[in-house]
Amino acid sequence: MAKVTHTQKACAVNPLKMSQPIGSALAFMGIKNCMPLFHGSQGCTSFGLVLFVRHFKEAIPLQTTAMSEVATVLGGLENVEQAIVTIANRQKPSIIGISSTGVTETKGDDVDGYIKLIREKHPELDHIALVYVSTPDFKDAFQDGWAKTVTRMIEQLVEPVPADAVRDPAKVNLLPGAHVTPGDLDELRDLIEAFGLEPVILPDLSGSLDGHVPDDFTPTTIGGIGLAEIAAMGLSQHTIAVGEQMRPAAEAMEKKTGVPYTLFDRLTGLEVNDDFITLLAGLSGQPVPNKIKRQRSQLVDAMLDGHFHFGGKRIAIGAEPDLLWTLSGWFRELGAELAAAVTTTESPLLERIATAEVLIGDLEDLEARAADCDLLVTHSHGRQAAERLAIPFYRIGIPMFDRLGAAHQTIVGYRGTRDLIFEIGNMFIASGHEPNPETWSLPEETGHVGEKALAAH
Amino acid sequence: MSSVSSKIQDVFNEPGCGKNQGKSEKERKKGCTKQLQPGGAAGGCAFDGAKIALQPITDVAHLVHGPIACEGNSWDNRGSKSSGSNLWRTGFTTDINETDVVFGGEKRLYKSVKEIIEKYDPPAVFVYQTCVPAMIGDDIDAVCKAASKKFGKPVIPVNSPGFVGPKNLGNKLAGEAILDHVIGTEEPEYTTPYDINIIGEYNLSGELWQVKPLLDELGIRILCCISGDAKYHDVASSHRAKAAMMVCSKSMINIARKMEERYGIPFFEGSFYGIEDTSDALREISQLLIERGAPAELMERTEALIAREEARAWAGIEPYKQRLAGKKVLLITGGVKSWSVVAALQEAGLELVGTSVKKSTKEDKERIKELMGEDAHMIDDMSPREMYKMLKDAKADIMLSGGRSQFIALKAKMPWLDINQERHHAYMGYVGMVELVKEIDKALANPVWEQVRKRAPWEETTWEERADAAIAAEAAALAADPELAKAQRRSARICKCKAVERGAIEDAILEHGLSSVEAVTERTHAGSGCTGCAGTIAGILDSIEDWRPGSVSEPAKQAA
Repeated sequence: MAKVTHTQKACAVNPLKMSQPIGSALAFMGIKNCMPLFHGSQGCTSFGLVLFVRHFKEAIPLQTTAMSEVATVLGGLENVEQAIVTIANRQKPSIIGISSTGVTETKGDDVDGYIKLIREKHPELDHIALVYVSTPDFKDAFQDGWAKTVTRMIEQLVEPVPADAVRDPAKVNLLPGAHVTPGDLDELRDLIEAFGLEPVILPDLSGSLDGHVPDDFTPTTIGGIGLAEIAAMGLSQHTIAVGEQMRPAAEAMEKKTGVPYTLFDRLTGLEVNDDFITLLAGLSGQPVPNKIKRQRSQLVDAMLDGHFHFGGKRIAIGAEPDLLWTLSGWFRELGAELAAAVTTTESPLLERIATAEVLIGDLEDLEARAADCDLLVTHSHGRQAAERLAIPFYRIGIPMFDRLGAAHQTIVGYRGTRDLIFEIGNMFIASGHEPNPETWSLPEETGHVGEKALAAH
Repeated sequence: MSSVSSKIQDVFNEPGCGKNQGKSEKERKKGCTKQLQPGGAAGGCAFDGAKIALQPITDVAHLVHGPIACEGNSWDNRGSKSSGSNLWRTGFTTDINETDVVFGGEKRLYKSVKEIIEKYDPPAVFVYQTCVPAMIGDDIDAVCKAASKKFGKPVIPVNSPGFVGPKNLGNKLAGEAILDHVIGTEEPEYTTPYDINIIGEYNLSGELWQVKPLLDELGIRILCCISGDAKYHDVASSHRAKAAMMVCSKSMINIARKMEERYGIPFFEGSFYGIEDTSDALREISQLLIERGAPAELMERTEALIAREEARAWAGIEPYKQRLAGKKVLLITGGVKSWSVVAALQEAGLELVGTSVKKSTKEDKERIKELMGEDAHMIDDMSPREMYKMLKDAKADIMLSGGRSQFIALKAKMPWLDINQERHHAYMGYVGMVELVKEIDKALANPVWEQVRKRAPWEETTWEERADAAIAAEAAALAADPELAKAQRRSARICKCKAVERGAIEDAILEHGLSSVEAVTERTHAGSGCTGCAGTIAGILDSIEDWRPGSVSEPAKQAA
């Protein structure tokens, strides 16, 4: 329905987009005892690291091959080797996740080849998994980096399974997109477990970046999914993917192991969750628990109470494709209208979004299109635009550096949808304009003949 | 209390009230307050009514003398808007305690007035009497008088404790308070031949401002609106207006009539709800002003403005016509204002169900008012399933009603729009009607309805299917068993106020050969409460052949 356009500007102003290596690194952060490593210059790493520290307010494990000018020109084999050896000795991870960056991709480093050489040279490192993903900064965006990384991990780390293998009927793979928060994952885990099923989540940020206080300090990731669990994912009964970006990963899983998948392009809203719960009931053969029935009923009531405040509202959203799809679909179901949509990268979803135009652009574009909107929805960098526009501002997505609890923002499931209605509905209520004597003034051109009559006395 | 009771008698004798004039001497003495039915009353008290009526006076401190319940549980709960001071929204109460109850609360009241004047320096303090201090004999008139003298500021007693009657009575007692103590105590800076008062308008959601620009353009000055967005000085000097409009509600009729009596200010009863009504009201205002000496050319300008603004309003509604054509609206409300929106709704292509009225002649309007008043009472204790059945039978797409039925309509998953007091949108004047149509369109177009009516994945049937099945099963049971049908019919509660069932009414009609609604009321007390069920009783009388035992058509009707 929407026309997908690209910004015609040479200069991006107030970027919405973040680079794909950090999306890749975030995916590695959902793996237990992992050390994400950027093959690039020191700065590539440090910007990503600071961004995540500000968003999650946690220590972030992220290393760099620290490419110098000379090393960049000559090739990074030595740097990659040194980095891997150093990390192996110091942090002793089970896996090192390597993402390329703009610098090394421009040079054309053959990291796959490097790894082959390093493996030959260092048999003592055989116990450490090395996963490499090509994620040049100058191509695609954050969610692409995440998706490619998950796909790569499945291709490399999941054990192939014969077609007639005995599968575990209790196990369900869950492949969340980059927009699914640790809070969302907790909610999905609860729902899946309520049916007696056991979710195997890849990557699992709810174990690593959910803001818990660990028992002891580790220099690598704390929590997340372990390598043995990843290896065994081929024995699960089914795969649930959340977000269109995860389709290649789910397909890779099916191709390699024969585990069928169901993809939910969003899990915020009533009907999509009906479908989700129906699937879980079908997979488990269990009746729907009363707890979930109550949650659905509460959501229906919240929709009824809330629709008054959403009806006819004009919304401006700046978000990555899957989050944009999730939010715009949900807003529409409550009677609001997507009046301005800006996103970061291509996706088959974009042209299906119910709005006139989806622009692959920046926050300046969003601001220009949001002039007569009732709500601005984007990550924390939208705050200045919202202030200038004098409209309420709902923060969602990465980075969210000026609010607490970014990791726990939960919008999936009946319950997450219900709470989102309350949160945004309350913003509409709070921003309701008080009328004043001039609110309904007559149009200028109609004149004020009467004033003369009155003045005459 | 004697002064309060004499005031009440005075208010009951209101000759300006058409309803009152139709009553016998004896009935008139009983007044327009019916005795409230214990266990069956739901409205506010006289204090509530008095506070509602005067609270919109914005720069005054409204001090409630009583225990915390009266103010603490109710303050800042009204949607009136102010263009100036917000002191009216500050909650002041004496919050009397046990000691005060034993020894009297007058000292605390006096001190409270003193503190308010010292801290807030308002142009006046209004003191509201409540039940407990009235019972223990606190003389607020005397305290107000003393405080006024001491502090050199008007301190106005509003004697309307809750237990003297319902909200409506409180409105009138509040009117008496400002007639006695405020109106005519100050003079306006200047006067013009175009000065009017608007009485009984509270500026809810800022609605007055939807009309004021029209008056501004005509050069008509609202000297005072009683009491929406009013200042104390406006009210005190309102006696110099040339004419007054009493906004379509009887709540402040005593003010309008007594100002006519005392100051010679003629008034008319009108409404700014609905396009035609707004035009009529503007014409009447101009007419009255011209009669009082304003130049006759005012009427020409008024007509020009009406023509222009009506055209603008219809043009505003036009874009919705196509979207709304054929949609059915069920209007359910006790609000006296809402009937006047009917014409605008019909103009927008909406069809009204639940009333058989098609045109808005004067008699039709009365009929709509009556019908809606009845239904409004009826739905108060309806179950969601009954509500669903009613909406389904009416084939309605949307329901317009007052705030109280909101939750039932919503639980029945029916598009709904609030058009009574608690609403957040302003629907007055020409712009207001366009706004209303826009809101209806918004409610109808909201895709939320489609979703919430879907069955849950674990349910075999939808809520509606189950309701339909239950309704069908009930009907079948009744059809199969005439005795059950009869019992069912007889157990219908016709008069909610007095809890009278249909069986009692039928028996009384047969036993005593009654033939008029009045006679039935005399015998059974049905219809002596809010009188909303008079139409239903008339229907029972008219259809006697259908239900009288032994009549030919009886069995057939029972099954229906």
